[in-house]
Amino acid sequence: MADKVLNVSGLTMDFGGLRAVDTVDLDVRQGEIVALIGPNGAGKTTFFNCITGIYPPTGGDVMVIPPGMEPQRLNGLKPNQITIRGMARTFQNIRLFPNMTALENVMVGRHCRTSAGVIGAIFRGPATRAEERETISISYKLLQKMGLKKHVNDLAKNLPYGAQRRLEIARALATDPFLLLLDEPAAGMNPQETTELDELITQIRDEDGISILLIEHDMKLVMSLSDRIFVVDFGRKIAEGIPQAIKDNPVVIKAYLGEEFEV
Amino acid sequence: MVAEIRKSLIAAVWFIFLTFPLMVVKVNTIENTVEWRWHNMLIVGVTFFFLSWLWRYLLQKKEEGTLTTKGALTKWTDRVMNEPAIYKPLIAVGTVAALLGPLVLSEKHMQPLISALIFIVLGLGLNIVVGLAGLLDLGYVAFYAVGAYAYALLNFHFGLSFWAALPLGAGLGAVFGILLGIPVLRLRGDYLAIVTLGFGEIIRLILENWDDLSHGPSGIANIPGPTLFGDVLSRSDSTVLIYYVIIAMLVFTIFVVNRIQNSRLGRSWLALREDEIACQAMGIDRMKTKLAAFAVGATWAGMAGVVFAAKSGFINPKSFEFWESVLILSIVVLGGQGSILGVILAAFVLKLLPEYVRILGEYRMLLFGAAMVLMMLFRPQGFISNVRRSYEFHGLDEEGADG
Repeated sequence: MADKVLNVSGLTMDFGGLRAVDTVDLDVRQGEIVALIGPNGAGKTTFFNCITGIYPPTGGDVMVIPPGMEPQRLNGLKPNQITIRGMARTFQNIRLFPNMTALENVMVGRHCRTSAGVIGAIFRGPATRAEERETISISYKLLQKMGLKKHVNDLAKNLPYGAQRRLEIARALATDPFLLLLDEPAAGMNPQETTELDELITQIRDEDGISILLIEHDMKLVMSLSDRIFVVDFGRKIAEGIPQAIKDNPVVIKAYLGEEFEV
Repeated sequence: MVAEIRKSLIAAVWFIFLTFPLMVVKVNTIENTVEWRWHNMLIVGVTFFFLSWLWRYLLQKKEEGTLTTKGALTKWTDRVMNEPAIYKPLIAVGTVAALLGPLVLSEKHMQPLISALIFIVLGLGLNIVVGLAGLLDLGYVAFYAVGAYAYALLNFHFGLSFWAALPLGAGLGAVFGILLGIPVLRLRGDYLAIVTLGFGEIIRLILENWDDLSHGPSGIANIPGPTLFGDVLSRSDSTVLIYYVIIAMLVFTIFVVNRIQNSRLGRSWLALREDEIACQAMGIDRMKTKLAAFAVGATWAGMAGVVFAAKSGFINPKSFEFWESVLILSIVVLGGQGSILGVILAAFVLKLLPEYVRILGEYRMLLFGAAMVLMMLFRPQGFISNVRRSYEFHGLDEEGADG
């Protein structure tokens, strides 16, 4: 497939004797929204951590194919190097920079696309000033897009919960990714906020052409949003397919509801 | 009310019991008699009765939040820093006072003042490492020693002048900052603190024991002060010149720290302090960012070290003991991590006050400890908390920002 942007094959992660992720294959195509679901403790977040370089995977291959460029192998790269290659993520338990303002949080996201160093910071020459202006305006536009305009100068820790989740997405988008990884973006949101998030994610895909891979427990959101769904349980992939097929898949139902449940 | 009195009574009795051997019993070993000083017991009791009352009152205030975040002091400092009508005259007065200082003050007062100013520079330098980048460095004084010895030795062997040594000391500070930085890159928090503490001690021990290089514990004497256009100055003129040098350095430091704070680099330091994993996930190279913090922080210590050597004319390893690191760190913590104004204030309080208030000098450590504990309990953000810059956007095209 030429239009894949992420291709994970046989990904395995062992913690001592525990195999948290077991030979999982997964791929994301350009402009697709893919969901990764599974019961609690199935290894979804570990999967994310492996492909984003927080854990070095024990086995398997992680390849990204930036649109119009050569495929690149990500195994063994550090998280920051992976982000520079165009894959950005958010975290399940929000990891903002609490004592920085919302705008500054997003500006940090621009870090890897800008270059000013110590000397630039001290002398603040025309190039640095231009870069800083650009960073500010890009960040501001992102905040605006995420509906956070009124929080621009608020400290991240003082933002309401839903806004913090959106700020994390804005910060990830600031790194100019072609693939966005969202770890439970709707966790803790009310139905109203979830609907808004649904629209927002679709908008990111449609307007910016960014492919999205997300972990999510809110089935309503997953079913309405995703083009394809991968299901994992006990570290193994047990199913993949379009939402309707997953909904009716007896293996998936069994994984979620238990052995005894008769379908 | 009765309950309050009872609580205070219990505290008082407890302290009477605790201090009994110290305050009441006095053994005269020559005549083998015991002197019972019962009146001390009464003093201790009454004192702690009221202190515990005050303590609970303060704690209650803290719970209500009036003392810390939304408190009057915070409001006041915010106002001072945010309203040009207030801070502009203050800066003007400060500048005039700083410039006229040597004309008004005698040599006796100049020395402690210069010390305090050196410590402001050190505090601001450490503030970069601890306050901005969140790397707890307990060996900061090592870089100060590097600067001081660099000048002293280069002058001793090669006759290098103060002005040449100043940038050299800064450069050497940065180099040592990176040397320390490389092995501790993977550490954070307590582990980092312990290793940096060890580094500080290593430098001091080397200076103390490597006689051929550093002249050992006896130190290096007759370090000349700065020259002015090639003229050698008298001791008192030299002091005045050093005063202006350190003032200029201070202004430069404030300027640089202020600019770095709100730059790409400064933001990456803050991000590193706030959340290392998220910081990396945003594409920031952790190693580079940490090394930059260590190097930039150590640069100021190196420069301050050169000034210190020139000012005192004599250095030995005694001036670079762990206690100095603690003092600098206390200046940062007490002043407010990341806050320039706070560091300046704290340096004056911690360095000048003990010089002039004799009793503070004697009970320095005791008061110091108590002040630290109280500070952490009631105002953990320091005298003046760091306020993040806010940006204003004009119109919807979001062009141009200021703050």
